[in-house]
Amino acid sequence: MSVARAAVLSSVRRALGARPSASGVEARLTEPPPGVIPARGRNDSVAMFLEGAARVGTTVDRAASAAEVPARIAAYLAERNLSTAIKLAPDPDLRDLPWAEAQLQTREGRGEDHDTVSVVQAFAAVAETGTLVMISGAESPTTLNCLPDTHIVVVHSRDLVGAYDDAWARLRARGALPRLVTWITGPSRTADIEQEILVGIHGPRRLHVVMIDDGQA
Amino acid sequence: MDATSHTFSANARTALADVKLQRALDRLAEGFPARRRDAVARLPEFDALRDAAVAIKDHTILNLDRYLERFEAKVLEAGGRVHWCRDAAEARATILSICTRAKAKSVTKGKTMVGEEIAINDHLAANGLDVVETDLGEYIIQLRGEPPSHIIAPAIHLSKDQVADTFRKAHGTLPPARPLTESRALLEEARTVLRSRFLGADVGITGANFLIAETGSTVTVTNEGNAELTMTLPRVHIVLASIEKVVPTLEDAATMLRVLARSATGQDVSVYTSFATGPRRPGDLDGPEEFNVVLLDNGRSAMLEGELREMLRCIRCGACLNHCPVYAAVGGHAYGWVYSGPMGAVLTPALIGLDPAKHLPEASTLCGRCEEVCPMRIPIPKMLRHWRERSWQRGPSATRSRFGLAVWAFVAARPRLYRWATGAVAALLARLATRGRFAWLPFASAWTGTRDFPAPEGRGFVASWNRGERR
Ligand code: SF4
Repeated sequence: MSVARAAVLSSVRRALGARPSASGVEARLTEPPPGVIPARGRNDSVAMFLEGAARVGTTVDRAASAAEVPARIAAYLAERNLSTAIKLAPDPDLRDLPWAEAQLQTREGRGEDHDTVSVVQAFAAVAETGTLVMISGAESPTTLNCLPDTHIVVVHSRDLVGAYDDAWARLRARGALPRLVTWITGPSRTADIEQEILVGIHGPRRLHVVMIDDGQA
Repeated sequence: MDATSHTFSANARTALADVKLQRALDRLAEGFPARRRDAVARLPEFDALRDAAVAIKDHTILNLDRYLERFEAKVLEAGGRVHWCRDAAEARATILSICTRAKAKSVTKGKTMVGEEIAINDHLAANGLDVVETDLGEYIIQLRGEPPSHIIAPAIHLSKDQVADTFRKAHGTLPPARPLTESRALLEEARTVLRSRFLGADVGITGANFLIAETGSTVTVTNEGNAELTMTLPRVHIVLASIEKVVPTLEDAATMLRVLARSATGQDVSVYTSFATGPRRPGDLDGPEEFNVVLLDNGRSAMLEGELREMLRCIRCGACLNHCPVYAAVGGHAYGWVYSGPMGAVLTPALIGLDPAKHLPEASTLCGRCEEVCPMRIPIPKMLRHWRERSWQRGPSATRSRFGLAVWAFVAARPRLYRWATGAVAALLARLATRGRFAWLPFASAWTGTRDFPAPEGRGFVASWNRGERR
């Protein structure tokens, strides 16, 4: 529809009339100016992340090391009487953790309809609003974030940043954006029936985070 | 949908007599504004963010062609396609041809107001496709064959038992005696029904809250997670967005998002915010093979000229609806088309023409609450006055009804005005009320029919109103 393309662009140009030629467009795109970053996003504080997470019903556990993650997850599942069969993201960081020792059965792959618990690593966590930054990729299929009832996200404390903008900086450093970047802040919810807030409409009914303490490097 | 904006007065009368609707509107008035106030109170930088958001949009609008071209180039670079469309008919044809080419049978949809604007569901259904809305509110109104009554809460006008009735009719294969009195039961039923639709869909259509020129990404915000399923499971993903949705950079998108959810639902941020860039990559285990962006003008470039340009800053947060005394009195359906409340009263005449929509700009008390809460600082009352002047220029015969409707709106809105209005409005009401009844007001008769409207008398009035004198 290149006729439509030309028509839309020319009616936009006609309506805007004469303008300065550059108008800072290139500069903005190549050197994106920083936004207004709220004070609550100005440091990568665990306390701020926890506050944001608690507000939306994300539960957060801490692990002293990666090796401790399976045991922490097993405890979480046992407490809630949930299945110990886990769909694990095909992520080398997760693969070799001691799952069997923690009495958990793991399978790797993308999320499927019958999966009840998924474990995925986050690209980053954002203190500003208690948000997880998930990216799609061979090691972190999107379906694991949106099909299982219980969504468990592993995140290193070194990947906790203050503001959304800090997460963007890290993503830019990584190269072109993946197909999907999703900020997740709490379990799926709706208020579409009489404005009553109910959790678990389509995706996860529970969102649980295990944060690995990397210590002061 | 066919607009019924020309019968606003009749629509409004019906709405005022609808007890269930009035209860729903009460709930809305108690919910959204308080939650927004709390969210804003938690963020001292909120006003600075609003200013930044306004500056970003003004700069983008001034360079709209340039940012759109960059956006397009980046989508192509990521392996996606961009389809430019001048109007609704072109967008419908484009979407249908993408579906046909993909040999699609089943389509899932995320909530898109632009989709409502171009009535895409009807068009796809008429051409043999099975289309299902996946946002719970949109799903409910789709089953009922209704338009959304609120831009972010489309089924806000319905009660639990109405939803239950709808589900019983629509889900005929389920046991008729199943209990559906609890919201939870309704949610579980919708979850199950929609899950199978997600898994079986060939094409997923979502809207976009923003488009990012820097990266060619589309940004979609939901609380339910339905957009993520819609843009991940089907083979083909179509994003339907109007041209004014573009912002320059990732940082700019973050600024806009910081004001969006707080203004809309009073959340700090929505549960899911997804930035989609192109189709599935090599090695990915999921995601669509095809990524299409349908870029729609449909009246936006015309709004760039003159008085309505600032309306293009609108991010569809719904705050102006949530704080509007007229919306609170009559609800969204009375506006007769897709967009309602103050933003709808400005947009509808621009998009469907002033003639069928001329009553909407008149259905306002010009109390200024909308402009006060608008995160994009859009001067809505000024724009409503612009439309009123335009209709006035077309013929002075409109004046009488205009004044009559303004008075009617004051009265209709009384219970909510009580909570919200400024002292000046209250004083004006008191002056208007000196004779006790409004029926004597000659201009109001068009709106009140044959019956008297009791004048506002504080609680007494509200009580009699609620007791059902309007039934
Ligand atoms: S006009 Fe302002 S308040 Fe209303 S929906 Fe648009 S951005 Fe929100």
